[in-house]
Amino acid sequence: MSEERGFSRRKFLQGVGAGALAAGAMPDLARGAEAPEDAPDLAGPGPVPVTLDVNGVRTTIEVEPRVTLLDALRSRLDITGAKKVCDHGACGACTVLLDGRPVYACSMLAIAAQGKKIETVESLAPGGELNAVQQAFVAHDGLQCGFCTSGFVLASEALLRQNPRPSHEEVLEALSGNLCRCGSYQGIKKASGAAPGGG
Amino acid sequence: MRELNKGWPKLDEATHLGKRTPRIDAADKVTGRAKYTQDVNLDSMLHAKFTLCPHGRARVQSVDASAAQALDGVVLARAIVGEGEELEHAGREVAVVAAESEEIAREAAQLVRVEYEVLEHNVADASPDLAGEWAREQRGRDQGDVDAGFAAADVVVEGRYGAPIVTHCCLEPHGSVVEFVDEEHVNTWVSTQRISSQDEDLAGELGIQPENVRAVCQHMGGGFGSKFQFDVWDRECARIAEETGRPVKAMLDRDHELMVAGSRPSAYADVRVGVKKDGTITAWESRSWGSGGAGGGSSPRLPYVFDKVPQRRTHVSIRTNTGASRPWRAPMSPQSCLITMAALDDAAAALDLDPLDFFLKNLPFTERPEVYEEELLIAARLMDWRGRFIPRAAQQGAVRRGLGLSLHTWGGYGHDSNCSTTIRGDGAVTVSCGTQDLGTGSHTVLAVVTAETLGLPVAAIDVRIGDSLLPPSGGSGGSTTVGGISSAARDAALDALRQLLARAAPELNAAPEECRAQGGRVFVAAAPERSLGWTEACGLIGPEALSGSGRTDPELMADGVGGAQMAEVEVDVETGVVAMKKLVAVQDCGTVVDLTTAESQVYGACIMGISSALFEERVMDPTTGACLNPNMAFYRLAGIGDVGEIVVHLMQTEAHHARGVIGIGEPPVISPIAAISNAVANAAGVRVPYAPFTPRAVLTALGKGRGR
Ligand code: FES
Ligand code: FES
Repeated sequence: MSEERGFSRRKFLQGVGAGALAAGAMPDLARGAEAPEDAPDLAGPGPVPVTLDVNGVRTTIEVEPRVTLLDALRSRLDITGAKKVCDHGACGACTVLLDGRPVYACSMLAIAAQGKKIETVESLAPGGELNAVQQAFVAHDGLQCGFCTSGFVLASEALLRQNPRPSHEEVLEALSGNLCRCGSYQGIKKASGAAPGGG
Repeated sequence: MRELNKGWPKLDEATHLGKRTPRIDAADKVTGRAKYTQDVNLDSMLHAKFTLCPHGRARVQSVDASAAQALDGVVLARAIVGEGEELEHAGREVAVVAAESEEIAREAAQLVRVEYEVLEHNVADASPDLAGEWAREQRGRDQGDVDAGFAAADVVVEGRYGAPIVTHCCLEPHGSVVEFVDEEHVNTWVSTQRISSQDEDLAGELGIQPENVRAVCQHMGGGFGSKFQFDVWDRECARIAEETGRPVKAMLDRDHELMVAGSRPSAYADVRVGVKKDGTITAWESRSWGSGGAGGGSSPRLPYVFDKVPQRRTHVSIRTNTGASRPWRAPMSPQSCLITMAALDDAAAALDLDPLDFFLKNLPFTERPEVYEEELLIAARLMDWRGRFIPRAAQQGAVRRGLGLSLHTWGGYGHDSNCSTTIRGDGAVTVSCGTQDLGTGSHTVLAVVTAETLGLPVAAIDVRIGDSLLPPSGGSGGSTTVGGISSAARDAALDALRQLLARAAPELNAAPEECRAQGGRVFVAAAPERSLGWTEACGLIGPEALSGSGRTDPELMADGVGGAQMAEVEVDVETGVVAMKKLVAVQDCGTVVDLTTAESQVYGACIMGISSALFEERVMDPTTGACLNPNMAFYRLAGIGDVGEIVVHLMQTEAHHARGVIGIGEPPVISPIAAISNAVANAAGVRVPYAPFTPRAVLTALGKGRGR
């Protein structure tokens, strides 16, 4: 059994690594682990002020240093588009853009996201007008229950900003860090240009 | 003049029915506007977390929650099992804590000290011998003259096949939020497959009147059969809300979810199949075993689809100390299908016959030979089976291609549902139904049916579901939802339309029966130029909206579908890696209400099947009885790059359309594991007995591994 799981894990990590690398997320995660310059030397253990720039609005909240960016967004700021599914960096449902790059918000502390521009799915349709990626997801039915959807939309958005005409392989790689249980991959491939009939 | 026709319009006369309508709740889901239970944040809300039993089986000796209670921010911490109580699997909830934040609650749950007497456990189910005293023989089934059948056989083919326990792994975990509005009135948000009865369960728990409970589930992040029951966490959430007077949210963490909140039973079997040289099956014999947790497991239906074959089957139910199984999309069917189709495919290979010919020849043993034949031939064309099939073990080289096929069946008859449709004086239309949308498309189905019936665009329909205050509807299981809600919505819309026509007819100098609504107008059928625009007609309604009510109508529904699938894989016989190249799914489902969401269900089912076939298995530790992979890094789901090309063909002819609506959630999830198993055997030259067909399992079957 252990070999079998070992295999899955390697393959999984490769997948994430490749996807994240293509989208440039790994360096940010690594940087995020360092304390920002203006942070106190030692934060916590009690609540500390944390200023987050989310969707163009800067807000200061008091949270314990152990609070993840995902929990800060969802339960402190009530911005709930990013979902909590695995809470350990394995599914991509919590994806947000950090200075334009997709990161797993569950795997980053809120204090480490200070000073960065954070975009959640809510920011893509200001005034309710869907952006191109969102329109494509609707047109190709790239979703069923919708719980993975904001993650896939943001991962696609980040790819297309960086690479407006990605190849089939580039799309699959960029979305390899996201999982969908309903099996909406067919529509997602079309929506993100990885399958014929899409774009 | 005839009454309004209550039957579905023909396919070529329909405006929306059977056509592609974009999912109406998609915009809410791509913008983050869709609110799920997990997204509910209320003022001064507490978060509940659970302390879980780490042992496979244990008796509780004592629970001490004082350290948890003492933690800053903890409001409540207590045992939820009694001293001396026996816990039947790891992951059982022992204590609950409620705190000001999720982080504090999770930390506090770890501080609860529990003393256990560890008891003997069993988590092994893959072999009937291993299980020993944990095994219980169940009554078998005998049909036809099995001994004569084997005596008449030219060849008897034997094999062992099966699939392990897998989990539902819904992306939105189980859970609920409970809020007391006052002492007697309660709101609850819950991720559920049956919103209409959630109010009663909660009211029963709290000892209040069901009409004082409002249960809401506007959107939910997947269920697949695991979200029917009122669970421990729902109960504790309610009790804490009552005790503290504060709103409480209890959503499961992923490890908790994967250990206890839903699994599909395992099923394995030793099979003997008697066949004549020409490919005719003469007899089936199987001894199956499997487990769905401490309660044992039910028998797979063997042989599946080829039910008329003379058969003898026995089953051994194995008790394992694992989280109890719950209905998993087409309960027992994927397992039954795998065991049957793999055994028959091995029989075809032993006779050197093309499995397509072998299956076609034996269709008289099924309930619907004509449907299966038509579907198999369509699938064969889409797969180019005739041009590309290579007999088993006829390939050289490291990477080998293989084709496999499978057949399945399901009922899908609609459940009881109520529905109401209101038309307001300004022309606004609202359809309300106490159903839920699991991602299956319930919102869209209700809008399509109402728009079709009233002759309006789909966008003109406002859909309300997911609320226990709405007209009651059934739970979403067994592919029963679409039949139930579509026929009830048709009935309700016709009721409202009759009332509208009664107001409009005098303006048109006609009798109500002579009028119709179509294309956004109300007109006299025999003289369409005598017409009113929709809003104009609705202007006659007055200040009080018209309200039509409807119920499930058996004449608009049907039961029983077939389905054929073919898989193409590549197997690397050096590394054991199986790659999906293509899956063809041909599926009938009677009247298609909305083609977009119907097709998405089939694609999704295929992918869920691929995931089971190649990756999924809940792995238990025989020593401690703990689950070894209660997380999504090691409990692996198929990703977007793992599924290959998928081709879906829905049988959408006037003849199928005329049958009535049949659910489609379950049937297409049944065949993929079987078709893939057969394709792997075709490519690798040997049968990989148990799913998932991981590199290790493939290498072992090829004699290159070190064994399980
Ligand atoms: S919730 Fe963050 S990766 Fe799964
Ligand atoms: S749409 Fe349900 S998990 Fe992706």
